[in-house]
Amino acid sequence: MISSHALQMSRRDLLSAAAGCTLSFLLPPLLGRAADERGPARAKSLITIWLGGGPSQLETWDPHPGTVIGGPTKAIETRLSGVQIGADYARTAEQIQHLSVVRSLVSQEGDHERGAYFLKTGYRPDPTTIHPSLGALLTQQVPSDSVEIPLYVSLLNSEFPGRGGYFGDEYDPFKVFDPGTALHNMEAPVDRSRLAKREQSLAVVEQSFLKGRKVLAKGTLHAETIRKARRMMDSTQLKAFKVEEEPAERKAAYGDTSFGRGCLVARRLVETGVRAVEVNLSSFDTHANNFEFHTGHAKTLDPALAALIQDLKERDLLASTIVLVLGEFGRTPKINPLDGRDHWPTGFSCLIGGGGLATGRVIGATDPTGEKTAPTDPVSIQDLFATIIAQFGINGAHEMMTPIGRPMKLCEGKPLAALLT
Amino acid sequence: MRLRSWVTRLAPIGVVCGVAWLTAWASRSPLTDRRIPERGVATTDVAAPIAAIDRHFQQEWTEAGIVPAAAAPDLQVLRRLALALVGAAPSLEEIREFEADTRPDRLAHWTRRYLGDERFAEYFSERLARAFVGTEGGQFILYRRDRFKEWLAAGLEKGTPYDELVRTMISADGLSTGEPQVNFVAAALNDSVLDTNKLTGRTVRAFLGQRIDCAQCHDHPFDHWKQRDFEGLAAFYGQTKQMITGIEDRLTLDGKPVEYSVEDRMTLKQRTVEPRVPFLESEIPAEGTRRARLANWVTSPENRRFDRAIVNRMWGLLFGKPFHDPVDDLPDPDEAIPALDLLADDFRTHGRDLKRLIQVVAGSRVYQLDSRLADEMSEGEIARAEQEWAVFPLIRLRPEQMIRAMRQAASIQTQDHQSHLFQRIPRFFQEIDFVREYGDLGDNELQDRGGTIPQRLLMMNGNLAHENMQATPITASGRIANFARSDEKRIEMAYLVALSRRPTPEEQAHFLAQLSGKTGDERGPALEDLFWTLFNSTEFSWNH
Repeated sequence: MISSHALQMSRRDLLSAAAGCTLSFLLPPLLGRAADERGPARAKSLITIWLGGGPSQLETWDPHPGTVIGGPTKAIETRLSGVQIGADYARTAEQIQHLSVVRSLVSQEGDHERGAYFLKTGYRPDPTTIHPSLGALLTQQVPSDSVEIPLYVSLLNSEFPGRGGYFGDEYDPFKVFDPGTALHNMEAPVDRSRLAKREQSLAVVEQSFLKGRKVLAKGTLHAETIRKARRMMDSTQLKAFKVEEEPAERKAAYGDTSFGRGCLVARRLVETGVRAVEVNLSSFDTHANNFEFHTGHAKTLDPALAALIQDLKERDLLASTIVLVLGEFGRTPKINPLDGRDHWPTGFSCLIGGGGLATGRVIGATDPTGEKTAPTDPVSIQDLFATIIAQFGINGAHEMMTPIGRPMKLCEGKPLAALLT
Repeated sequence: MRLRSWVTRLAPIGVVCGVAWLTAWASRSPLTDRRIPERGVATTDVAAPIAAIDRHFQQEWTEAGIVPAAAAPDLQVLRRLALALVGAAPSLEEIREFEADTRPDRLAHWTRRYLGDERFAEYFSERLARAFVGTEGGQFILYRRDRFKEWLAAGLEKGTPYDELVRTMISADGLSTGEPQVNFVAAALNDSVLDTNKLTGRTVRAFLGQRIDCAQCHDHPFDHWKQRDFEGLAAFYGQTKQMITGIEDRLTLDGKPVEYSVEDRMTLKQRTVEPRVPFLESEIPAEGTRRARLANWVTSPENRRFDRAIVNRMWGLLFGKPFHDPVDDLPDPDEAIPALDLLADDFRTHGRDLKRLIQVVAGSRVYQLDSRLADEMSEGEIARAEQEWAVFPLIRLRPEQMIRAMRQAASIQTQDHQSHLFQRIPRFFQEIDFVREYGDLGDNELQDRGGTIPQRLLMMNGNLAHENMQATPITASGRIANFARSDEKRIEMAYLVALSRRPTPEEQAHFLAQLSGKTGDERGPALEDLFWTLFNSTEFSWNH
């Protein structure tokens, strides 16, 4: 007979009890599998390194040293023969062979909010609907039952965070502003039996509210959000948010910055089976002192990005994890009188790779004189999105119904053959 | 001897207590009468516009074949009113008084009473300040958001016409401290230089309910706004300078005429732009400073955008979501929005009185509908009813409403400016902490958003929630545990302070079973559990 005390045990209690009694063979085989599986067979994840404000392609992945538009930025050789990147990215240059470089992204949005919307959703802003961001789309299309923490996580502050859009707010990312530290409010202030009693009472009160409001109350997702919060409170997977267990040298490799910790947490989350993670690094909006700012930001970005790629590779997670590095647009080839660069949505760069995509490719080129606006082999935002979506095994042409009854394709573009192997 | 040593030992404590008592006494409100009903609110006759609005909606519903929800219970409407107008749920004190009020139009009286409450001016000035100047801190000393908010609150309290408020803030000269209305302009100072683009975008969004910001760099992609429309409007702020004596318009500076010029994005050359309005040229006065002329044009009775925009915003603040969403992206006025147009006409022709507008909306049938519908309605029918405002929407309470409702529920007495200093100080800090953790919605607080996992965790496990439900001699749960006459009364009082209603028979039976047999100290935890349950319900977190 099972005592009433045992019934009140959480999954966490049960797990530790089972392990302690060497009854681990009783554990359901699915648990922990996501964390153990490796290689291309593993379910796919996406890590987006979002460079808010619009990073300069010329100071990062598409330098033109020695030209009028290149400014003082120097270039260095990388592990990809013949491919140079900005000299501030020496460590990334050692890892870039695992990714590809796209130097010909073309957007039509030169405003931060509109640009960020486009580069996060694959759709230009539309006054009649809000599109889901890529992370929300992947989470909605590829759910997971074994992950007890949110499947879509945004680390550090972002001015225009991703949204669930017409999928609903339940697909909004779970936001962590200070990654690496313990999450807040995860412990109930009362013991387990009292919490259980409270929850039983809550069901009674909710029942009264539902009378005559079944549909509207369902739309609030209140009960659903509580259920998710409770499941998270009891989960051992919460440790993915912490970096304490990581060895000191690894933490040092990512850099002692909140962004570095964010990238390390991103790896831990992906390892746990989280579908989509955004790590935000902002203030790339360098209308003045472009070169100084970019060199400063590189000190944060370069070690974290390089360590992330290396770490994923060493753990055999890169084959299942797409890493995407981009911002809402690039910056003008022309250097303005304040030594700055302005918004430039035509011909900017991103890094993309992992998750079974091609490696070591370089797509497109911008004009070293800065006279020609259009790059060679232009890549549309829609096609970039279609490539990622296809790699997750999702049919991008599939039509979803928005709440106002308007059919909408998941994605407007076509996958890029050059990035698919 | 012994007595003397006791006196010496206790003296410092006595001094501390004395000072504390004196401080609290000195900072109490000079008004001893807690309730001055409907103070400062002129009794205007709002029957005619209410009837017109009611007729309009009834006609829409009839034509669409929609059966609207029944009228909501009065207490439920009172809760909506309190949350919308003073940001807190009604106190037990207020509920008792309301229930004893036998006037047939008691809701209209209580609307006026909340409008006359000092909490209204304080609360609404913050809501309007968010639309007018945003939530940013701005430039130190040259911008004083707190002073601007106080000035707005004073205007609301006096009942200054809305157009006068707006005209004053657009055209005012002076220093941020002495002339608090200039802070509308000063909010756009950046390194002591006015960001005319920011100010122009905000002027059009906040006062005309339209977004032309993206015409700053290019023609609006789907509207008719052109870049030159934006530049022409921005030129009205082109002579505004921050001088040693504060904000003022200058025709000349250092002997040179002040012109407004913009840098061409393609050629990087400066070109001069003359002030020009994109529509209603006839309403721009020939005389006055550029800002004064702009202020007159914005607030002109012919400028229908002005009235529609504020009506839509006030609707949003009362219902939790604007009539037209987003609140600051209304179509041009030649595209009719009958409900807004009706309200806007009444507003314009009755002194642009914000309190009257609130009374009209709050007095209408559509505001007083239940959020419950007949169970047999299909999902499609419910969706249509929701779209046509035939049922009161469920809207997530904003963070400041959540913490104020929770604090109010933790107390029996009304928590307002007349509360004791020892209650007001923690209230102030608790609010700031809670709003930050729950997620401040910033400038766009009327966006329709769902709840998040961190919010639920904060309510279930957070310190603030825990403190407010803990049974102590000063909290509601503690006082109810100790002083209510019976368990039935205890449950009823908890429901009234937390949810502004009485328990259903099922709820009553459930909690009676939980409380039965508990005496003395055991009652405290049981009441805490009851409060936890109510605080974590959908009903508590969502306006309904």
